[in-house]
Amino acid sequence: MNEKALIEEDHYENTNLRDNTIVVDENIVYQVPKTLKDADFHYCPGCAHSVVHRLIAEVIEEMDIQSETIGIAPVGCAVFAYNYLDVDMTEAAHGRASAVATGIKRVLPDKYVFSYQGDGDLAAIGTGETIHTCNRGENILIVFINNGIYGMTGGQMAPTTLVGMKSTTSPMGRDAITMGNPLKITELVAELPGTYYVTRQAVYKPNLVRRTKKAIRKGFELQKDKKGTCFIEVVANCPSNWKMTPIESNHWLEDNMIPFYPLGDIKTPDGRAK
Amino acid sequence: MSEAKLMKGNEALAEAAIRAGADAYFGYPITPQSEVLEYLSREAYQRTGMIILQAESEIASINMVYGAAGTGKKVMTSSSSPGISLMQEGISYIACAELPCLIVNVNRGGPGLGTIQPAQGDYFQSVKGGGHGDYHLIVLAPSTVQEMADFVKLSFELAFKYRNPVMILTDGALGQMMEKVKLFPQQPREDIIQGWETIGKPEDRPSNVITSLHIQPDKMEEINLHLQKKYREIEKNEIRVEKINCDDADYIITGYGLVARICQKAAELARDKGYKVGVVRPITLFPFPYQTYFELADKVKGILDVEMNAGQMVEDVRLAVNGKIPIEFHGRMGGIVPTPEEILEALEKKIIGGAE
Ligand SMILES: Cc1ncc(C[n+]2csc(CCOP(=O)(O)OP(=O)(O)O)c2C)c(N)n1
Ligand code: SF4
Ligand SMILES: [Mg+2]
Repeated sequence: MNEKALIEEDHYENTNLRDNTIVVDENIVYQVPKTLKDADFHYCPGCAHSVVHRLIAEVIEEMDIQSETIGIAPVGCAVFAYNYLDVDMTEAAHGRASAVATGIKRVLPDKYVFSYQGDGDLAAIGTGETIHTCNRGENILIVFINNGIYGMTGGQMAPTTLVGMKSTTSPMGRDAITMGNPLKITELVAELPGTYYVTRQAVYKPNLVRRTKKAIRKGFELQKDKKGTCFIEVVANCPSNWKMTPIESNHWLEDNMIPFYPLGDIKTPDGRAK
Repeated sequence: MSEAKLMKGNEALAEAAIRAGADAYFGYPITPQSEVLEYLSREAYQRTGMIILQAESEIASINMVYGAAGTGKKVMTSSSSPGISLMQEGISYIACAELPCLIVNVNRGGPGLGTIQPAQGDYFQSVKGGGHGDYHLIVLAPSTVQEMADFVKLSFELAFKYRNPVMILTDGALGQMMEKVKLFPQQPREDIIQGWETIGKPEDRPSNVITSLHIQPDKMEEINLHLQKKYREIEKNEIRVEKINCDDADYIITGYGLVARICQKAAELARDKGYKVGVVRPITLFPFPYQTYFELADKVKGILDVEMNAGQMVEDVRLAVNGKIPIEFHGRMGGIVPTPEEILEALEKKIIGGAE
């Protein structure tokens, strides 16, 4: 008999379901992290933002760094990240999160500082701040949610929108000649000497969620080295503005986004860059 | 205690920032104020550990200020007109989030890229808000290199007292000219934790959030009402104005900053000619000394407002006297500094001649 079955058998022998004594500390294998506030996410069902929020909260809890962590929320769907993540947070102007993070980290160099930004925020209006923050090698973690669209404002074209992909401002599909090509900013920042750890992850499958969590943990831990910027892209879905069900959006992401935005480490501290 | 030194206005301001115990400066070069960043880069970190960072733009600078100010540190930036225009979005966020900080504007001639010569064309932008939404900075207008230094300390005091951004509004001439300054002694850098800062949440307090986003209209109105209440409080407590020879005056010349000194010279020339002329120099541009002008309007025959712009503060002077006496304007633009003689001429022509 495997371990799980043993535990279950044990339960039925020793607990009285009617008294709800099944929910006791020794039985708990998974619960809401202490670092998430008691609030319902406003994100659309199936949206990757919720998953990544939870992963960040889990990492902060597991590393026991809640009291040493300061987050920066973007302008984008994640603007209310501070309503969920139970850490001190500052809400930045659109695109400026990494400059705000720089200001905080420079005066509090021993704290853990992370920014959480969408693709419009980080790779369009905030491109300058993103590149210069990474180039200076600020010892912060940047979590970059690339859903190929402006989620919050209702589905306009983002710098990361794929060629041919429809949005409200590329209704016939993105045309590279008149609208430009999607920007692979993650590869771009990996070229900069200031970045320390650059990786691209996704959360549309359980094993990928686990990998993303590991990357986030690494991104926080590496801040202790003070050797440069950690940059984690999460290729994400936006079921609402892609006009798909959550499941469809995950399939579409796998079939279309991942070939253009391949997953994996792009730069690692030990030099095993891809 | 304090030594007298011959210093450029910009350098005196930078030195004062170090001595005031400032924790960080984020800025981007622009004439005529680059000496602030240069001076600080040379010695601030070595002397007090003050963080100095040359950002990639004024947009980045002001957002670095926003982040660092949110930790409760004494933080500042400086720039000149075009750079200050770029900062306006960030300043609006800082004002709404109620973060203390110092922003220095060494005003140059505009609009556009304009000129690197001194001007006062940024009065409206500085005292009426500047960015989007209803907010005010506390605006101090030094008229000597001494005040360039002293107002840095005062700015940080006011910024923390009211949790409000403070602007020192000066100009390219004051920034560049050398005068004797008595510097105040070095103050320690110290953490003043008031409880709202984002510095990492201990277990026993809820998380601190710095934001200017209040999506519910009633909440956003509440925030606005709170800000307005604070501005009224600032108006009650913090008006600073200098009145020179106003007691027996028949006429007043008024101006702020460098211009106030030229006005003083013009007033002396006028007195030599037998006219009783006084000078009013607003030191705080927000809050503005409306009452001073209102009261003088019962005693004097007219006021000449002099500015290095097309007439901005004059609107507040007119508002203050509410039509009781004539208010005339004399201005130079494009980086030209008015002379005492031309001010006297304008006074004689527009005010004394007009009143008699
Ligand atoms: C200066 C400024 N310009 C434009 C906007 C409007 N705006 C809000 S969110 C957003 C796009 C956000 O898209 P993204 O960063 O991809 O985040 P997502 O919602 O997709 O997660 C825009 C354009 C703004 N708030 N501020
Ligand atoms: S609009 Fe898109 S990005 Fe925003 S919450 Fe909904 S699914 Fe997520
Ligand atoms: Mg997006």
